Amino acid sequence: MLVLIALTLLKVVGIVLAFVMLVATIMTWADRKQSALIQDRIGPNRASIGSVRAAGLIHILADALKTLFKEDFTPRDANQGLFRIAPFLAFVPALLAFAVIPVGDTYCPDGAFIVQNFRDVCTAGAQADYFRVSNMGAGLLCIFAIVSLGVYGASIGGWASNNKFALIGGVRVTAQMVSYEVTMGLTLVGLLMIYGTVDLNEMVRAQGTLLWGFVPMWGIVTQPVAFFLFFTAAIAETKRPPFDIPEAESELAAGYFVEYSSMRFALFTLSEYVASVLVAMMVTTLFLGGWQVPYLYGDGLHNPMTGDLALSIPYLLVKVIQIGAFCFKVLALCWLQLQVRWTLPRFRYDQLMKLGWKVILPLSLINVLVTGLWLLVAA
Amino acid sequence: MYEQYITLGILAAVAVVTGAAILFLNSILGPKRWTASKLDTFETGNEPEGDARQRFSIRFYLVAILFILFDIEVVFLFPWAVLYRQYIAAGLGLFVFIEMLVFISILGVGLAYVWRKGALEWD
Repeated sequence: MLVLIALTLLKVVGIVLAFVMLVATIMTWADRKQSALIQDRIGPNRASIGSVRAAGLIHILADALKTLFKEDFTPRDANQGLFRIAPFLAFVPALLAFAVIPVGDTYCPDGAFIVQNFRDVCTAGAQADYFRVSNMGAGLLCIFAIVSLGVYGASIGGWASNNKFALIGGVRVTAQMVSYEVTMGLTLVGLLMIYGTVDLNEMVRAQGTLLWGFVPMWGIVTQPVAFFLFFTAAIAETKRPPFDIPEAESELAAGYFVEYSSMRFALFTLSEYVASVLVAMMVTTLFLGGWQVPYLYGDGLHNPMTGDLALSIPYLLVKVIQIGAFCFKVLALCWLQLQVRWTLPRFRYDQLMKLGWKVILPLSLINVLVTGLWLLVAA
Repeated sequence: MYEQYITLGILAAVAVVTGAAILFLNSILGPKRWTASKLDTFETGNEPEGDARQRFSIRFYLVAILFILFDIEVVFLFPWAVLYRQYIAAGLGLFVFIEMLVFISILGVGLAYVWRKGALEWD
């Protein structure tokens, strides 16, 4: 029991606190640099320690310190208890969803395994889940359950502020998040049909299979339509531009968190960045093969044509390469989200609802039927 | 036995403690100079006019109800989708496909109904 707790704490610190929080905070900097790049500005570059400016990276530290030293107060007319607890309700579910995402494959004790059916099968002892916090079999369902809790933070925050802007932001965010939750779920049905599991690590392992001998069976290959629909719906679920209508500054000042100051405000914004890291991780895991590197299995690189071992690589090094591949894909998708954010103008609210209910929802239903028919004919 | 839930609980505890620690530090380090106008509700600089808890558009309620309906449909689709290939392997593929075709058709009729009724219109 003690070993379990210690190991879990280690994984929590390594995966969630170190990796996710680091990427999320760096994204606050990359976001501003990206906007500067697109708008032909230099962007943040003034904060410095001594004479070190580190291209504006010091601004992250400056922002953290600044929000920490700001006054945290609750408006007189706000609902005191709910107002204070709302940032928690946004922050905790945002971190919790990372529990089931596999950063790397399960580890075989003593490196004893054989490569069978495009996956490593342990031959001695049980495989150990060192690279994800919780080895939950119902991983995908768990993520959906937790993501749907995220709506409470924003909507309760908006209502408890007792502010007209915040209230409108709060009801907008509720309607937007629940709408896109449905579409997020529906777009993944086709994926579940193909891989036949909701265990995220099993799903990634299934994506290592080669189609026609050389194409890795990643989600984006087997379900290209679902990839675009899911990515769109997932960005909408994070309430980030171009779907940031709940906090549209030109209409609502800051939307549902207009009354928040100091660290409570920072928790809201941080949980938004954490949510976009989650989107990147989910898309990576579901559609881009997670930790898979094409043709790389536990014992090394395989020749896709013959299936023979082409280049032998030590087991531990393979693990390192796979985790590195996962991080690379996640960072690439984080960057893509920033690019989308600064390229597209904000949707109108009716356009947003129309996109969710009248375009993505019917398309994903058709996708389910086409996938079903295709699997049936192929069998 | 409940290992996966214990680990999830540990992560939840860490997340709560992290958030609480940040807010605690903030409450120590931040100033506390409350004034009457600072504690007022923000209304772009004007005197707050009335209470914010007013009526808002019925469409938000409609979306909430539609969400419950369609989310439950998704819940029914998930187990079917996971087992679909096993059914095909067992030779029952066509049967379960038509079953789900009927289910999705009913779902589609429901969507067409709310569409025609204008429940998805925002103007």
